[in-house]
Amino acid sequence: MGMTIAEKILAMHAGRGSVSPKEIVDATIDYVMVNDVTGLPAFEVFEEFDATPICEKTVLIQDHYVPNKDVASAEQAKSMRNFARRYGIENHFDVGRGGVCHQIMIEEGFAAPGRLIVGADSHTCSYGALGALSTGIGSSEAASAMATGELWFRVPETQKFTVEGELGDYVMGKDIILNIIGDIGVSGSLYKSMEIYGSAIVLLPLSDRITISNMAIEAGAKCGIIPPDEKVFSYLNDRVIGDYSPVYADEDAEYEDTFEYDAAEIVPMVAKPHLPENVAPASEVDVTIDQAYLGSCTNGRIEDLRCAAEILAGRRVHPDVRMIVVPASKSVFEEALREGLLETFMAADAYVAGPTCGACLGGYMGVLADGERCVSSTNRNFIGRMGHKDSEVYLANPAVVAASAITGRITDPGDI
Amino acid sequence: MKKHIEGRVWRFADNVDTDQIIPAKYLVTGDRDELAKHAFENVRPEFAEGAKDGDVIVSGGNFGSGSSREHAPRALLGAGITCVIAPSFARIFFRNSINIGLPLIECEIDAADGDILNVDLENGKIANKSTGVEYTFPSLPDFLMKLLDIGLIENTKRKLGTKRSG
Repeated sequence: MGMTIAEKILAMHAGRGSVSPKEIVDATIDYVMVNDVTGLPAFEVFEEFDATPICEKTVLIQDHYVPNKDVASAEQAKSMRNFARRYGIENHFDVGRGGVCHQIMIEEGFAAPGRLIVGADSHTCSYGALGALSTGIGSSEAASAMATGELWFRVPETQKFTVEGELGDYVMGKDIILNIIGDIGVSGSLYKSMEIYGSAIVLLPLSDRITISNMAIEAGAKCGIIPPDEKVFSYLNDRVIGDYSPVYADEDAEYEDTFEYDAAEIVPMVAKPHLPENVAPASEVDVTIDQAYLGSCTNGRIEDLRCAAEILAGRRVHPDVRMIVVPASKSVFEEALREGLLETFMAADAYVAGPTCGACLGGYMGVLADGERCVSSTNRNFIGRMGHKDSEVYLANPAVVAASAITGRITDPGDI
Repeated sequence: MKKHIEGRVWRFADNVDTDQIIPAKYLVTGDRDELAKHAFENVRPEFAEGAKDGDVIVSGGNFGSGSSREHAPRALLGAGITCVIAPSFARIFFRNSINIGLPLIECEIDAADGDILNVDLENGKIANKSTGVEYTFPSLPDFLMKLLDIGLIENTKRKLGTKRSG
């Protein structure tokens, strides 16, 4: 019997000819990543092992609360620096040298087709867009993986999603994944692997594919894998670390379920509070906003900034709205600077800041007050996610964020 | 880890995410007792003060969704919670809980705040003493039961020991 991509990658890394869904296997991981929030508990657990980490497989990225938001987060960030120094871990991306962890994992060539990557951050599933099986884990098991280079995995059932046709103007990867989550619900892929196919996906730039894989976790999935093609190979050409071999599903692979979508029917969407499944067309949601946030591992790449800048060029952010733009990495920031995008944002009265996850999880750099509403290019709109428990987050693509920032209410970019 | 639990119920609905269990602003420590002080602060402000050693959580589906923060099950252990019962769990929360010794039971049961439950982890039985209704649940696969029992830290030490001596 044939295997899906997730089954094949797990079988290869478990030294097995084949594996079946629901089996539990021990597999060798290619990389394990922690950030400054999940790192500290991992380092504390690691000390109990009386071991040294496998340095070349360990990646440490400061992104959630750096530059340090307070003394406690400063101590947390320091623990990562100390861990990196103590064991001589070279893959340590500190302030001014990196950015949002998933963007760094991709830019720096850790993520590649066929790899098995774990990270103590739920959006580790992002690298599925490059054909990797990557998934979120906890801090203790990240420590364990650093020490042993292995981890247990339950082989997931796989669901097949196909999106055929051409997307309309201002319709992006974000709208595809919001559409899927709206359809199957926030637990529609619980424990499962999503495999995503179709002519609309082939046409998508890598950046939009990363948005789709990034939000697989919002349907509960273990991973969201897109079969890698020439766009992925050429992106990796001058950046990938080591060799890689692309993995594709067998023709007779067994899927638990299949879902088909017509790209032409997908419109710019928003996910209303307080679940990513609570979706509606942006054109049908009539609410005012106080903040517009453009950034994060979901939609903080150069392509996202270009899209928003094009809409904001020559216009101003509504006087009642604060717009915050946070490029996802140093290199995205540099490129946006070179292309004059940051100038466009600032001319429109947007606030531009260096890379951090801060606002996305209500940490700092854009926390919402009681009753405030934010349209956000991020991935979660849970209760209190970006601040006060009675604040609200509307998830949307970068074009909707930019259009809404201008009008002061949720707006379909086609309407301005 | 206790195999027989008798505890008072805290009832929750579907899709309890880890931001609800422990808001991100408190993710500046890994200490379970410190985290417990803020457990469910936004959605059940009475929980942190009111939770007692031995209490259990009964929830709707997809409990623990969202962020990978191990701080969530740590906060629950710090609050004295002895097990969580729900029809389904988010996968990272599931892994984290098993790894640090918080039993999770996949089972849909009727229980209200304050009900008293008897849970037999070994034999897969739950009795709601307040309603008189009993439930059975399939036990975890052997591998996970063992992991839950000895904990990930000990499991890793054994693995490293085998590797070193091998």
